[in-house]
Amino acid sequence: MTPHMLTRSLDRSATIFLAVVAACGILIPLSNLLLPAGSFLQVPTYLVALWGKYVCYAILALSIDLIWGYCGILSLGHGAFFALGGYAMGMYLMRQIGTRGVYGNPVLPDFMVFLNWEKLPWYWYGFDMFWFAALMVLVVPGLLAFCFGWLAFRSRVTGVYLSIITQAMTYALLLAFFRNDFGFGGNNGLTDFKDILGFNVQAEGTRAALFALSCLALIVGFLICRAIVSSKLGKVLIAVRDAESRTRFLGYRVESYKLFVFTVSACMAGVAGALYVPQVGIINPSEFAPGNSIEAVIWVAVGGRGTLVGAALGAVVVNYAKTFFTSGMLAPYWLFMLGALFILVTLLLPKGIVGTFNAWWDSSKEKRTAAASVSAAAEDGVTEPKMAE
Amino acid sequence: MPAHLSARLCSLALSLFLIAFALPAFAGPFEDAVAKFANDDFSDTEEAIGVVAGSGNPLAFPIISALQDGRLMADPDSKKVYVTGADGKSIDAATGAAVASVPDSASAVRLNNRLRRSVDAALGGLTLQSPDVGTRLQAAQSVFKSHEETALEAVDAALAKETSRSVKTALGEARAAILLFKSDATEVEKLEAVATLKARGDQDALALLTGMGDQPASVTKAAASAIGSIQSSLAVWSMVQNAWYGLSLGSVLLLAAIGLAITFGVMGVINMAHGEMVMIGAYTTFVVQEVIRTRYPGLFDYSLLIAVPLAFLVAGAIGVLIERSIIRFLYGRPLETLLATWGLSLVLQQAVRTMFGPTNREVGNPSWMSGAFELGQITITYNRLWILVFTLAVFMILLAMLRYTALGLEMRAVTQNRRMAASMGIATSRVDALTFGLGSGIAGIAGVALSQIDNVSPNLGQSYIIDSFMVVVFGGVGNLWGTLVGAFTLGIANKFLEPVAGAVLGKIAILVLIILFIQKRPRGLFALKGRAVEA
Repeated sequence: MTPHMLTRSLDRSATIFLAVVAACGILIPLSNLLLPAGSFLQVPTYLVALWGKYVCYAILALSIDLIWGYCGILSLGHGAFFALGGYAMGMYLMRQIGTRGVYGNPVLPDFMVFLNWEKLPWYWYGFDMFWFAALMVLVVPGLLAFCFGWLAFRSRVTGVYLSIITQAMTYALLLAFFRNDFGFGGNNGLTDFKDILGFNVQAEGTRAALFALSCLALIVGFLICRAIVSSKLGKVLIAVRDAESRTRFLGYRVESYKLFVFTVSACMAGVAGALYVPQVGIINPSEFAPGNSIEAVIWVAVGGRGTLVGAALGAVVVNYAKTFFTSGMLAPYWLFMLGALFILVTLLLPKGIVGTFNAWWDSSKEKRTAAASVSAAAEDGVTEPKMAE
Repeated sequence: MPAHLSARLCSLALSLFLIAFALPAFAGPFEDAVAKFANDDFSDTEEAIGVVAGSGNPLAFPIISALQDGRLMADPDSKKVYVTGADGKSIDAATGAAVASVPDSASAVRLNNRLRRSVDAALGGLTLQSPDVGTRLQAAQSVFKSHEETALEAVDAALAKETSRSVKTALGEARAAILLFKSDATEVEKLEAVATLKARGDQDALALLTGMGDQPASVTKAAASAIGSIQSSLAVWSMVQNAWYGLSLGSVLLLAAIGLAITFGVMGVINMAHGEMVMIGAYTTFVVQEVIRTRYPGLFDYSLLIAVPLAFLVAGAIGVLIERSIIRFLYGRPLETLLATWGLSLVLQQAVRTMFGPTNREVGNPSWMSGAFELGQITITYNRLWILVFTLAVFMILLAMLRYTALGLEMRAVTQNRRMAASMGIATSRVDALTFGLGSGIAGIAGVALSQIDNVSPNLGQSYIIDSFMVVVFGGVGNLWGTLVGAFTLGIANKFLEPVAGAVLGKIAILVLIILFIQKRPRGLFALKGRAVEA
């Protein structure tokens, strides 16, 4: 009875989640564009950009939940895939600047002219075409995750060891991207973007469209994750999470399952990064900082590991709290609160908000059903209508 | 009494007599030369420097050093030259007699760069016979650097009298340097000079040999072979230097990682707040030094000796507190522990930032930790050396503790098989708390040492945490020797990669190598052998 009810309750929360995201994706841009500025219901442009950022974080959180919540892989380097997707998009946006840069060079971005580079490095070729950049947003993080995962999972690096080396991976990338001669703008990263597909990135219409697109990406990402975790493959993933060796002894190739889901997750993180960059207007190496990746993990933990909906919710809630507290007079206390959040959530709320709510809902429902059947049995099946279902 | 009195009278008379003789109406070569300073002509000044320096007159040193400092005043009208002292008193340069005041028309004797070199050389020559060995050595070295021909006589004179071996060597090298550049030196002298420089074999000798200009064919040939041999010996020394830097970095890594290795080994807990324990140790040192500075300035040299046990206690107590209040609820959930301790590290960092401010705090080196000494061609600073010694001492003590104490035995038992240890009556939760306290306390001690070579700021721990993890992952868990080997391997590899690839690329290369290494040995170099499917 319980699994059946679990899927039903998840279905319900999934439906609510999809409806809310879709409603936000349609209503917020419309309100921003159609209602007169200053009207009570009009969402100001800065909020559209801010919420767009949250939606991108939600996609990142979803990708982490897919591997951590359902496969037990705790990646402390998912920020790296996010940032790589962001850099791929940033490279496209840099090439779109063309002659409007400070130095007016039609091919080379400003920082390369500044560094006296003669010609474009080979790895920048093709990024003037949107389709190529969009492909790279998926391919680069996916390829890195595939190579990294292939090495790590095949030799059965698990648990905290895996967490530590994912952290080392993002740290190594952080150091690399800080270098000027690496060809990605060094310390300053990529910024000062002008257009995306011919639309001005600063324009209200573009921002609204990007927000709607981010919501769409969140919905698609959620559906993909749902499809994966509710399929037979998803059951194997959960088995790997709970008892990896037993799954292997049963004849499943654990490393292939892990590799698949890790790569999918990295691609999703890349998409999140690619949508994030045009809305924020900058991508720089600090996105690779190990702290960012760990913070993303805590969003998932707050919302509820292994619930998907919870991951997205956690990302929005924690980031909203961050914006709220770091902008006010409480700013010096934000790190205390974030730190306390890490500790309290792991100690007191191990299932996160959504997980705890689901557990409470199920248990109360079970009680009601039990009460109903008990009373039904007591009154020997007379007129009492069934409460549940 | 009368005897004393008469002695004094005698000496007074004698000095009067001497002064009378020192003030002759007719001038000698020394006085003539001194008068030349007043001509305000560079070539006259140069001649004067040469004569004065070679005169053997006791006034020569004060005159030349006054010239160097711009305290030699010359009156162009009366052709009189005065030495003004730093204390405002002046003497007549030619006679040494005190004068009440220097006339207003006098101005400082001017120098140009060429003259400054000959002043340096002359001073070098004058101090070559100082009674102090250190001064003589320094003088010989300065002559070696300037290798002015004018100093040759002084060097020869000093060499004849010198008794100290090190000064003798230095003088010989100075002589060789002069002869190599002296145009009228014989070929034999020059060949000897080349041989002497080859024996010296450092960067300076190399510079002299490569820049010696036109020389007879035999000398050029000898110099070429000397350059070759110096270069190869310098290459060896630079390897030694890198190895030393590597050992030094390795000791820092070991110190930072050793506590982590213990907690991870025994409890399987990744303590992300480990770096903050290091930071707390460093701040304890800061507080100790502040108290000493304000209350007991005489104890400053002992500040570290006081700070080490204090830091151990403070960080250890915080560690036990953390274990009792947070970590013990998370056993069996290593990933959650990782997140909780990360949160804890944020809280601790912010707490220190609130209490001590976000900027770097000044922690001083005691006198026995400052300075450096030379070993062959490399310079070894005392603080690095002491940290290496200290690290090894901590390592040995810890090893002995694990081997010979009851707690050590219990810790090893819990590391190897927690459930079996519990069944045998070991109070595993007490062992856990003490282990965590021990690991944190050692991190605190590491903080004391690191405060001597790094900036004490709230971010101190952050910069070590990833490196310490790499050491533990590389070295393997449950064996302190693994941590030792891991730390020194990474330290040395890093320092050897640095000159080839640059500091950042070297570090990236190390990280990539570790990631690849983990593929081969997922449990590190020295993994505990066990039969469990999932450790």
